[in-house]
Amino acid sequence: MSTDDIIAGKYLVGLSGEEMARHVMENLDPDFPKRVRPGDVILAGRNFGCGSSREHAPLALRAAGISAVVALSFARIFYRNAINLGLPVLTCKSTEGFQSGDEVRLDLEEFRLTNLKTGAVLQLDPLPPFVMEILKAGGLIPYLKSR
Amino acid sequence: MASIAHKILASHAGVQQVEPGQIVEARVDRCMINDITGPLTLNVLSELGSDIPNPDLLVVVLDHQSPAASVAAASEHTRLRRLRERGVEVHEVGEGVCHQVFIERGHAYPGALIVGADSHTCTYGALGAFATGIGSTEMAYVLVRGSLWFRVPENFKIVVEGHLPEGVLAKDLILHIIGEVGADGANYYAVEFHGETIRQLEVSDRMTLCNMGVEMGAKSAIVPPDEKTLRWLEGRGVPARPVTSDPETEWEKEAHFDVSKLEPQVACPHRVDNVRPVVEVEGVEIDQAFLGSCTNGRLEDLQQAARVLKGKRVKEGVRLVVSPASREVYMEALRTGVLRTIVEAGGVVVPPGCAACMGGHVGILAPGEVCISSSNRNFKGRMGSPKAEIYLASPLTVAASAVNGKITDPREYV
Repeated sequence: MSTDDIIAGKYLVGLSGEEMARHVMENLDPDFPKRVRPGDVILAGRNFGCGSSREHAPLALRAAGISAVVALSFARIFYRNAINLGLPVLTCKSTEGFQSGDEVRLDLEEFRLTNLKTGAVLQLDPLPPFVMEILKAGGLIPYLKSR
Repeated sequence: MASIAHKILASHAGVQQVEPGQIVEARVDRCMINDITGPLTLNVLSELGSDIPNPDLLVVVLDHQSPAASVAAASEHTRLRRLRERGVEVHEVGEGVCHQVFIERGHAYPGALIVGADSHTCTYGALGAFATGIGSTEMAYVLVRGSLWFRVPENFKIVVEGHLPEGVLAKDLILHIIGEVGADGANYYAVEFHGETIRQLEVSDRMTLCNMGVEMGAKSAIVPPDEKTLRWLEGRGVPARPVTSDPETEWEKEAHFDVSKLEPQVACPHRVDNVRPVVEVEGVEIDQAFLGSCTNGRLEDLQQAARVLKGKRVKEGVRLVVSPASREVYMEALRTGVLRTIVEAGGVVVPPGCAACMGGHVGILAPGEVCISSSNRNFKGRMGSPKAEIYLASPLTVAASAVNGKITDPREYV
C-alpha cells in the first residue's frame, strides 16, 4: 500500500484534509471513502505507506475518520508522518483472525487489538513513551505548543 | 568501528558512537522543501507563530509544478517565494528538480546531515552525506530547532563487483538490486554501496543508485566518497573532506552482486520491485516514453538516449517526453547538440522539473495507456489514470522503446 495508493499525485495541491478524504484509496477501491466510519481502524500487511514522503497520506486518512493503522510493518517516512499528525501507527506480528468489517477495540495502554466479533486478540508492539506523548497531544504541533 | 551513517549521526549528536536502535537528537546541516511539501511546512510555521531562526539552513525549489498548471499551484508558489524576504534561498520555476538543483549548488557534501521534505532526499548519499526524507510537519520542527530525533539504523552493505556490460547502465543495476532485495528489504537500514563496480561509477550514476534507495525502504543510501566525489565537488567550489566507514563495521545485512552478465532491467507494473530482464517484456506496445526526473534526467542520461535517437525518429503514435533535470543540464544539452538530436528525433522537451513523474503536472496517462519511464515509481495511478501501466527502465531502454514503439532491448542500438 503506497502513498500513491493512499492519495494520488493529482490531489496534492491546494486541497483541504476534508477534500482529500473524499479521494483516499480510490485507485484501489472507489467505495472506500464512502465506507469509512469515524473511528475505523485499518489493518494491513507489510510496508504500509511505502513511497513518497507526502504528509497528505496520513492527513487524508485521519480526515477520512481513520483512528489508527495497525500493520505488519510500515515504511519509515509514513510512520513518522503519521505519529507527527497524531495518527497512531502500530505494528503486529500477524493479522490472523480479523476480516474487513469486523468490529474491534484498540487499547493504547495495553497495546492490544481485540476482535469484538470473534474474540481474537492481537498483541501489538508497544510504542516508546515519547511517541505516546506526541500521540496523546494530538500530534507534533500540539505537543510542541504545550511545552 | 562504524559505518558512514553512524559516524555522521554520532558527530551531529555530539557523541562518540551510536548503536542501532538508539534514539539520538542530531544537528541538521541543511534542509530542503519543494512546492508540494513546502506549503504544509509554511502552514505549520504559521500555526506555531514561528520564524525561521537560521534561513541558511533551508533551500526551497519549485519543481513539481514547473511552471504552475493551476491557480492553486501558482498561489503556493507565491507563498514560497516570499521566503526570500526572510533570507531563504528559493529556486524558481525552470531551475530544475529539487534534488538536482540542491546538489548542483553545492549543498550536499561528505559528512553532511541533510533532511528533505521529499522521499528521494537519499540521492545526496551519492556525495557521502547522510540524507533522508521527512514530512512537512517535522520539517517545520527542524527549521525551528535546527535538529531532529533519529532512531539509529542498522547497517546494510551492498557489494557490487564486475564490469557493467555494454548497454547496461546504473539504472539497470539498481533495478536489479531492488528486485532482489525487495521493496521493504532495506526498510529502516542505512545502506552503503561497496565494490569495484561502484568505484567505477561516475557521480551522476551514483546519484541514480542512491536516489532509488528509498524504493527498497532505506533510510539512507550512501556511496563512500572517493577521488571522483572530491573532484566533482571541487569543480563546484565545494571544499570537502571524505568520510569513510571502517573495515570492521558491523553490517546487520549484506548482499553481493556480480554484474558481469547483467542484462538491461525493467520494473513492471505496478511495483518497483517487480523487476525482470527487458528480454522478458520486449514487444509490449507503448504510448508514452518519459526521459527525465531526479533519477535519470542528467546530461549523461540525455546523452545515452541521444546515442539511440541520433538519425532515428520516435515511432508514430508514441510521444517521447523529455525533461532535463535542471537548467544547467538543459544548457549543456543545448550546447553539445544532445537536445537537438532529441528534438529532431521527435522528442517533446518540457521545462526542467518533475514533469511526468508524479502524475500531477504534464504527460498524464489515459486509461489503457502504457508508459516506459526513466523515473523511480510505477505504482498504480502514479502518472495519471489507475488504468494505465508504467514500466521503469534506463535512459537507453526508454529511448530504444520510443523508437520502436514497444519495449525494446537497447543493446540492439548500441
